[in-house]
Amino acid sequence: MSGTILKSGPVADAPIMTVDGLVKTFPLGRSLADVLGGRPVRAVQALSGVSLTVRKGETLGVVGESGCGKSTLARCLVRLHEPDAGAVRFEGADVLGLQGYARRAYNRSVQMVFQDPYGSLNPRLSVGDALAEALTVHRIVEGGAVRERVGELLDLVHLPRDAADRYPHEFSGGQRQRVGIARALAVEPSVIIADEPVSALDVSVQAQVVNLFLELQERLGLTLIFITHDLRLVRHISHRIAVMYLGKVVETGDTEAVFTAPRHPYTRALIAAVPQVDPHQRSAREAVRGELPSPIAPPPGCPFHPRCPIAEPQCRTVVPALVPRGGPWPVACHLAGPADAPEFIA
Amino acid sequence: MMAAPSSALLDVRDLHVRFATARGEVRAVDGVNLSVAPGETLGLVGESGSGKSVTLRAILRLLRANAAITGEVRWQGENLLALPEKRLRDIRGKDIAVIFQEPMSALNPVISIGRQIDESLVAHTALDAAGRRRRAIELLDLVGIASPEQRLAGFPHEFSGGMRQRAMIAIALAAEPKLLLADEPTTALDVTIQDQILKLLLRLNRELGMGLILVTHDLGVVAETCDRVSVMYAGRVVESGPVDRVFTAPRHAYTDALLRSMPHGGAARAPLRPIPGQPPRLDRAIAGCPFAPRCALVEDRCTVEAPPFAVVAPDQRAACWASDRLAAREGVA
Ligand SMILES: Nc1ncnc2c1ncn2[C@@H]1O[C@H](COP(=O)(O)OP(=O)(O)OP(=O)(O)O)[C@@H](O)[C@H]1O
Ligand SMILES: Nc1ncnc2c1ncn2[C@@H]1O[C@H](COP(=O)(O)OP(=O)(O)OP(=O)(O)O)[C@@H](O)[C@H]1O
Ligand code: SF4
Ligand SMILES: [Mg+2]
Ligand SMILES: [Mg+2]
Repeated sequence: MSGTILKSGPVADAPIMTVDGLVKTFPLGRSLADVLGGRPVRAVQALSGVSLTVRKGETLGVVGESGCGKSTLARCLVRLHEPDAGAVRFEGADVLGLQGYARRAYNRSVQMVFQDPYGSLNPRLSVGDALAEALTVHRIVEGGAVRERVGELLDLVHLPRDAADRYPHEFSGGQRQRVGIARALAVEPSVIIADEPVSALDVSVQAQVVNLFLELQERLGLTLIFITHDLRLVRHISHRIAVMYLGKVVETGDTEAVFTAPRHPYTRALIAAVPQVDPHQRSAREAVRGELPSPIAPPPGCPFHPRCPIAEPQCRTVVPALVPRGGPWPVACHLAGPADAPEFIA
Repeated sequence: MMAAPSSALLDVRDLHVRFATARGEVRAVDGVNLSVAPGETLGLVGESGSGKSVTLRAILRLLRANAAITGEVRWQGENLLALPEKRLRDIRGKDIAVIFQEPMSALNPVISIGRQIDESLVAHTALDAAGRRRRAIELLDLVGIASPEQRLAGFPHEFSGGMRQRAMIAIALAAEPKLLLADEPTTALDVTIQDQILKLLLRLNRELGMGLILVTHDLGVVAETCDRVSVMYAGRVVESGPVDRVFTAPRHAYTDALLRSMPHGGAARAPLRPIPGQPPRLDRAIAGCPFAPRCALVEDRCTVEAPPFAVVAPDQRAACWASDRLAAREGVA
């Protein structure tokens, strides 16, 4: 174990996955009072036109506040949700149209680590059996080799080998999270979509697991889509980031470039709120003020305008497109210029 | 044995939890002592699997049938571990509320969030139906859920991970408990919302005197919110004391290593230093100090003789043979 978290070397520009204009709405449940009161049927606009590119062998960090649609995006990519509109392409193929064998092959190539490990593990299968099942269904290894392989997977995620005989409820929260990672790794995918994979882990174990991902990336060319609310972690591990706000990608580019000179006011606010770890510095941080964004009633124009410190009249009516605007990476803000965007007033 | 401060709201003494499994006995909690005063916030930290969640669940006897709990949990003159189940049920939720680590394991999947909050309000307040509905909306708003009125009819699977966590906080707070046991309540939340939730908990803590035990792996959160901290390792509390002392002058080698593994500052590519190795198996007897196999400061007696949980400074205790050597060094670099 090297004990360090470092990004691996440069990656090829070739996209392995492209997402274009993905839309997903969920009809909202109505209470009896809603029905009797004649209130209209409403919907949650979880994704309202998400576009992004994932390059082969890279780590793409996806960040954004709670409820902005990160997990919904992940679930659409592995086809646990069918999007209402938009396209997903994987190595050139139209993912949403895949059937039969091709779909199963895709499901093996693109694995997901779920945000809620408790809900995603079968409580009646021991961890060893769950891993063995994944290995045999996809014919990764067979016969006597299965048990050995299960042991290796447990080693990888720093769980003791006797964990194979245990059931999900016999683990701590952080241990269960690592079981979920082992299961995703079992079928040797080329892409892993990891939804908050280390959020329940203490810093030390977190570093071990993150290092594992990076080792696999270097050794096997694994592509990672890493969803997290931890901006410090994202900066450590991703080559590029996509910043989401209320169901949209508002800025996406090379991590260091975006962290150094963020061009969207929301990205700037997020980065300004990253906590400094010092027990004596009790900060009163606040990323963004104002009205909470609601995907049930998304604002017209730029989704960020009700909280934006520099909004202008056009922001309230015209939706800003995610385009380069004369700069090196795309940003969805009317006022973003080629270089220095207007100062964010904290 | 630690003498209980007479002012303690909750006093946990010599708590042991053993799980009977097909592979033998697992000692998940092995002699834990904790106490919380009214209006005090105690942080509970420690490596994944060190027994934090099991400790919290044992306090209210919310463990599976294969668990054997011994020791004492003093609450308002009673030992919760000896109470009949019916009496304990009155205390759970009302006097002592819990926020569980994995919301999906604690929320009822087939009941709407609004009804789950309402059930807590029915059981623990005297509000009428209209008052309860107003209160439920207010609670969702307090935890930062947008369009709270429209969200009442939503089911847990229709909420995002972070929204579920906050819904559970709303349910726990609905009863206005005297003590809140919060297990990683903000893990799924971004800094802004995390801040809002922590401020809310601190306000209840300061203004209403609600006691709080906060389990978290985020040492920054402990630094910002807690008065005291207890550090767990392999089922034991290995160090405890005021946060500013423990974090600046740790006297247990594990606490010291944990603080060193934290990223300092926000710079890119700064290497993190995980503690090498793995925690010991809990289904085997541990000779000496449980941290010895991974400890940078290990000495001969560490592997044979268990260090006592000794007073190392005013109000600070640690179970480490290297405690004096740590004191001789100037805190954490
Ligand atoms: N199955 C579903 N049915 C109805 N609404 C849903 C469903 N899944 C998600 N939503 C809604 O879609 C929105 C986006 O949720 P999502 O889980 O994608 O957020 P997230 O970015 O992952 O948030 P978090 O960081 O809290 O996990 C939320 O408003 C949520 O309530
Ligand atoms: N029902 C059970 N049967 C057997 N062992 C169990 C059971 N529940 C928990 N354990 C074990 O007890 C130990 C303590 O678990 P606990 O959940 O308290 O850890 P934790 O400190 O909360 O960790 P995390 O930070 O990962 O949540 C773990 O090693 C776990 O595997
Ligand atoms: S488009 Fe307007 S409202 Fe939106 S972020 Fe840019 S300046 Fe702010
Ligand atoms: Mg999510
Ligand atoms: Mg736990």
